[in-house]
Amino acid sequence: MNKKERANKQSLISSPYIIWVIGFTVLPLLVIFRYAFTDSNGNFTFKNVFATFDMIHMKAIIYSLGIALGCTVICVLLSYPLVMALRCLNLKKQKFTLFIFILPMWMNFILRVLAWQMILSNNGILNFVLTGIGLEPLRIANTGTALMIGVVYDYLPYMVLPIYNAISEIDEDIIEAAKDLGADGFTVFCKIIFPMSLPGLLSGIVMVFVPTMTSFVISDILGGGKVQLIGNVIEQEFTKAANWNLGSGLSVSLMIFVLISMAFTTKNDNEGKGTAIW
Amino acid sequence: MVEKIKRIISGGYLGLIVLFLYAPILVLMVLSFNNSRSRVVWGGFTFKWYQSLFENEQIMEALVTTLLLALVAAVVATIIGVTAAIGMNAMQQKSYKLMMMFTNIPMLNADVVTGIALMLWMVNFIPLGFGSVLISHITFCIPYVILSVMPKIRQMNMSIYEAARDLGANTVYAFAKVILPQIIGGIISGFFMAFTMSMDDFVITYFTKGAGVNTLSTMIYGEIRKGIKPEMYALSTIIFVIIFLILLVVNCLPEKNKKVEEKKF
Repeated sequence: MNKKERANKQSLISSPYIIWVIGFTVLPLLVIFRYAFTDSNGNFTFKNVFATFDMIHMKAIIYSLGIALGCTVICVLLSYPLVMALRCLNLKKQKFTLFIFILPMWMNFILRVLAWQMILSNNGILNFVLTGIGLEPLRIANTGTALMIGVVYDYLPYMVLPIYNAISEIDEDIIEAAKDLGADGFTVFCKIIFPMSLPGLLSGIVMVFVPTMTSFVISDILGGGKVQLIGNVIEQEFTKAANWNLGSGLSVSLMIFVLISMAFTTKNDNEGKGTAIW
Repeated sequence: MVEKIKRIISGGYLGLIVLFLYAPILVLMVLSFNNSRSRVVWGGFTFKWYQSLFENEQIMEALVTTLLLALVAAVVATIIGVTAAIGMNAMQQKSYKLMMMFTNIPMLNADVVTGIALMLWMVNFIPLGFGSVLISHITFCIPYVILSVMPKIRQMNMSIYEAARDLGANTVYAFAKVILPQIIGGIISGFFMAFTMSMDDFVITYFTKGAGVNTLSTMIYGEIRKGIKPEMYALSTIIFVIIFLILLVVNCLPEKNKKVEEKKF
């Protein structure tokens, strides 16, 4: 009994956090729900949430899903060879690797995206280099391709680091044993390295997919206002159209979608993903 | 031979990715020395943006706001987060899971939604400004602290703390002598995570800031259409170099520290 009392007493120490969660996580969500389910006169309505299924919004959502899926897949495809390359190079300092991928985050992210705009624009640095070596210049400024490069650039570290952490924890002896028993490099990857990297892959997917789908700054700058993600639509409802109810309705549908899809991926991985970055 | 080819390919691939990651940073650094205001014309080498940077009151004000915000948010988030994690560890499975769910909400939710929800809620009782941005930053920083401290607390042996208490140590003394040394690594990385996230945030600040207050991110966003002031490139280059040096030192030190730690135990 004494132990239980002590545990209860100890759990009291988290009460500031509980108050904070109620005050600044739960209540704001309730408010956004209230806006979502009322019209401008305060009457109850489903109109704002159902507006998600309007043609124009559906188009933005499907486009965002496509970009987010594409970005996630490209990040995965880039990350595995990269992590394997890092393993192969066997760098003395593991921390050095983290260092390479964290450092770019310290340059302001909007400035980095603007730098990509300068690189990719029609008379930008990339085309300067391409024509310099006698190739055709690319016309990818203000297209989905430019946007894709931007999101992959911005979120790649969030995929690399958790996968790297998961793979670097694999016991070298297991891989040695597999090799002694005749497995080639491909088999080792399929049967040992990939399955054991799954927790890292899952948290990577969570950290890349949602922010990509909902980002609005990157699409603003690299899409040139021609491509609209669902994030852009919501932002404009609040800043330009001043229709808070519709914006809240879209936010609520987005939130429900994200939370449902993430409930599957994060089931067995709650802890440790925060430490993946530092 | 095969080993060698493998290493060359690996090195080449790593090189390409590093080029991809650092190309825009290089562009920004070069621009900070560009004598012309244009983003496409090279007008010769100059240090003038570095000089005018410190005379530009707007930028300096935004810098101070950004740093102050990040520091206060990280400190408060660390205090609340660490106490939260210790308390949650003592909870029963059910309440622990519930609290973890709430902790995950700001991390999983889209930044746009978090920012808007906080704005819609806070306009009811405080004027949007530094205070509302600070509250928002603390809110999204706490989960990072909890998630980096929690694994350490889970590994920790609570009996030692109880033993210390039984032997007459008061709560604060026992905490400082028994619990703190075991979780300090998680606290430090949580603090830096929080600081980084706060410094780098744009979306949530953008929605909760109201008029008048600017962080570096929101200031840059506002300048996109008019053209970015070259001083901004200079400032980012300085910040980048400082962080580069700090991380370099931190990454070279641990070997010495390890020896000290081994002695302790």
